[in-house]
Amino acid sequence: MTDPDAMVPILDVLCPMHLVIDASGHIRHAGPTLQKLRPESPLAGQRFLELFELRRPRNVRSMADLLASSRVKLHMRFRDGIQTALKGVLMPLSTECREAPAGAVVNLSFGISILDAVRDYDLLAGDFPATDLTIEMLYLVEAKSAAMAASRKLNRQLQSAKVAAEEQAFTDTLTGLKNRRAMDHVLDRLIAGGRPFALMHVDLDFFKAVNDTLGHAAGDHVLQQVAQIMVEQTRSGDTIARVGGDEFVLLFDGLVDARRLESVATRIIGELERPIPFGDQLAQISASAGTVLSLDYPRPEAAQMLADADLALYASKHKGRAQHSFFSPEMRDPAPAENPSLGQAADMGGEGAAAG
Amino acid sequence: MHGLVNRTIQQFVSDTYGAERWSEVALAADLTFAEFEAMLVYEEALTRRVLEAVCTVLDKPRAEVLEDIGTYLVSHPNAEAVRRLLRFGGEDFVEFLHSLDDLPDRARLAVSDLELPQLELREHAADRFSLTVNARIDGFGQVMIGMLRSLADDYGALALLEHRGGQRGFEVVDITLIEAGFAQGRSFDLGATADRAAEATSASGALVAPGHGN
Repeated sequence: MTDPDAMVPILDVLCPMHLVIDASGHIRHAGPTLQKLRPESPLAGQRFLELFELRRPRNVRSMADLLASSRVKLHMRFRDGIQTALKGVLMPLSTECREAPAGAVVNLSFGISILDAVRDYDLLAGDFPATDLTIEMLYLVEAKSAAMAASRKLNRQLQSAKVAAEEQAFTDTLTGLKNRRAMDHVLDRLIAGGRPFALMHVDLDFFKAVNDTLGHAAGDHVLQQVAQIMVEQTRSGDTIARVGGDEFVLLFDGLVDARRLESVATRIIGELERPIPFGDQLAQISASAGTVLSLDYPRPEAAQMLADADLALYASKHKGRAQHSFFSPEMRDPAPAENPSLGQAADMGGEGAAAG
Repeated sequence: MHGLVNRTIQQFVSDTYGAERWSEVALAADLTFAEFEAMLVYEEALTRRVLEAVCTVLDKPRAEVLEDIGTYLVSHPNAEAVRRLLRFGGEDFVEFLHSLDDLPDRARLAVSDLELPQLELREHAADRFSLTVNARIDGFGQVMIGMLRSLADDYGALALLEHRGGQRGFEVVDITLIEAGFAQGRSFDLGATADRAAEATSASGALVAPGHGN
């Protein structure tokens, strides 16, 4: 059993990546698969440590060092050419029976570098022994990659569907403006961000009359025109949301200057009052608006700001149509004597602003 | 950065501090979604933002958060699959250290677009090592410290770990092995699955389960 030459045909089949090393550290024989990695130069005759860099254990410089590293996992790689990493284990050849030179058998495998190696060296199933699991592993990697690719494709489809659905979920489909959910979201962000901003609540007047007399198609057309006017009269970073049938909330990030806000509101209302053609008819609406500033609060809260903007809107309606008001705390006190006139004066469209 | 990395940060926050804290992080980081998907790839800037937000929300220095994430990956029952995959690296802590060089390749074998930092272990003496971590995002060295510290426990080894800093993109972690067989460590059964192993862990209610074999 210790005659290396007798073992060679057996080892070539059982461990086609083995090396037989002689006492001086030279390779005496290389298994066929290992030899296939260096087709140009016969491995036999080369010095093991000159051919391979032993990365672990470190400091192996002689045959004696090598023999001392038997049974442990060796990490090595070719010094020249493609520096394929190899794993190995070494067993010394015993010298007890005869005076044959001592040496060692090293069996090697690719370890993690197997995928590169198969490609770099055109390895075939026959290059691995029948009992080796390499082919099974390659199969597994291949099958896993195919399954993963399928799942990845599905992932991407689902993701874009999700993005589209979310986009839809945040958009008012009739006007293309943001919807109530989106507005809530942006408002929470603005509050969390701590930057000053203004919230304007706009409510259309006479819109119900348009719907009733000219029909819903006219109503839809008017809402689309309203949306366009609001977009034109605001900055691109402002948020405009349709939060109810004829109610809108505008969020002005970083804008708390009362004069500028007043002028935006006046411009919007002015534009909205221009008759909107629909077929051969003209639709005539107006609007009222109320605004709150985040600076009005020590700690702004979404619900409170919306409620207060509503009060400011209510005050505008109370002043007559086409008005804009800023919120002030006294609006929270009820004004009982003047309430009864509100229904007539402020909301001829028939929808109570305060109820929105 | 890969969804797996981002999702780890998310899971770390919600498993350790609760889902509400994660929601705070998502808000602070200006995420447009509630959760990361493990198998999608996200922009790197997003990962940086989320990490920053985690530090702000938890009010902890970045290094500490990163180290805690490393610890989480090895010791939390919900990350049992990661611990198991790491334990495949070697039978003892030193062999595991030596397997780190292969870790990014092994990970890529499983998830082809997962790019882990390049790791290179240097052995200065039988008990002294240094690990060079080369990543596009700074701080992976700290994550490795958390992981290695927990894995040393896992193997029952006693090791000292020290972040030696480093230049841009390169970080060096010094590892000193005090005692390889300091404690029993946690059991690792090649044939078990992460699910069953996690069950066993939570059933026993202890992180240290009796070892076997050795």
